[in-house]
Amino acid sequence: MKPIHDMGGNSGAMIKVDEPELPAFKEAWHGRALAITVASGALGFWNLDTSRHARECLGWDEYQRLSYYEKWLAALANLLVAHGLTTTEEFAHPDTSPTMKLCTQALRKNAVRKVLATGSPTIRQVNKPSLFAIGQQVSTREASSNQVHPGGHTRLPTYASGRIGRVVRDHGAHVLPDSNAHFLGEVPETLYSVAFKARELWGTSVGNAEDEVILDLWESYLELT
Amino acid sequence: MVVRRYMDPTSHKHLPSEPELRVKALETLLTRKGLIDPLAVDEIIEFYEHKIGPRHGARVVAKAWSNPQYCARLLENATQTVAELGYTGRQGEHVVAVENTPEVHNLVVCTLCSCFPWPLLGIPPAWYKSDDYRSRAVREPQKVLSEFGVELLPAQRVRVQDSTAEIRYLVIPMRPAGTEGWAEEKLASIVTRDSMVGTGLPKAQA
Repeated sequence: MKPIHDMGGNSGAMIKVDEPELPAFKEAWHGRALAITVASGALGFWNLDTSRHARECLGWDEYQRLSYYEKWLAALANLLVAHGLTTTEEFAHPDTSPTMKLCTQALRKNAVRKVLATGSPTIRQVNKPSLFAIGQQVSTREASSNQVHPGGHTRLPTYASGRIGRVVRDHGAHVLPDSNAHFLGEVPETLYSVAFKARELWGTSVGNAEDEVILDLWESYLELT
Repeated sequence: MVVRRYMDPTSHKHLPSEPELRVKALETLLTRKGLIDPLAVDEIIEFYEHKIGPRHGARVVAKAWSNPQYCARLLENATQTVAELGYTGRQGEHVVAVENTPEVHNLVVCTLCSCFPWPLLGIPPAWYKSDDYRSRAVREPQKVLSEFGVELLPAQRVRVQDSTAEIRYLVIPMRPAGTEGWAEEKLASIVTRDSMVGTGLPKAQA
């Protein structure tokens, strides 16, 4: 069974399209949920791939039941406990926790702008040339087969696994989420944009023959056909 | 050193179930423990509420419409080109711009989570993060587009970009007829957020 977050190609309801550009946060707590997630991430105990994996680990029931920012909060809480930064007992009685001095790694107000405007670029210099050339035909490996940490995080959606596509861009070497999410190193490798005919993915009766879906896929997700 | 920790996916259940109270409990706890600075938290919210948003992307598109050399540079190296305007950072570290033409309509989705070019388009709208959009955009883009009121040209094929890595995509919509000679600011005013995701078209009038 494919994991719940891997939902590309599923059926679904009509999309509720109307949403004004402002405000950015519909509820005040949405902004706070995002901000405490960002501030906690800045402590450096985990990375973006770990955070994504933590949300994916919530399981079917909770993934469906919880709203977007509730998933963020649940994943954050789970990460905090896993890394020994809090205990579950403290969750029930936050007001009784002793007051400590702000730790040295904590994100300070005057550093916020710089940290947010810098982000965490994932491109890396490597000495290895890219294995595939633009225009080359490639096939994708089977989905959810994390080669570094079996059963772990990966960014190859099931709908595009075991399919044939064509390399359309070379983005240089990027940190491999399959490894990085599990603290097994960045292991950068070439990231490609690979174009798939929609009919290769969904069958010959779908859309127009020239319609395409393009995914960004790491070199180890691909092989020559 | 390799650190591997077991993550119990149920730890969070010890928090209050009401979302506002959950946030409050976590923020209180993290603040008391010296892990987060409440002033930094306010600053992060201020930044995402007021300092970024789709007007950034609209300015980039208006420049691209006005200046063919700028457009060429944007298509060649968007990361560097938008950085000149100060549009850099979290969830926009690597940017690629894709151009809609009479032959191709681009549509952006993130089927695995909700990746979105924050520095250019702001925090993603609810529909972009919805299971329905994430599920359907790759499989039935024409139908999804029609729900957004987007009618494709007869010769336009659809190219759906699934944001599976840290590359963020900006769609450059087609410049509407009748906007010849408009200043960049006026052009930017018709560039909607949705038109830069591919789920909308620029507004007909400023």
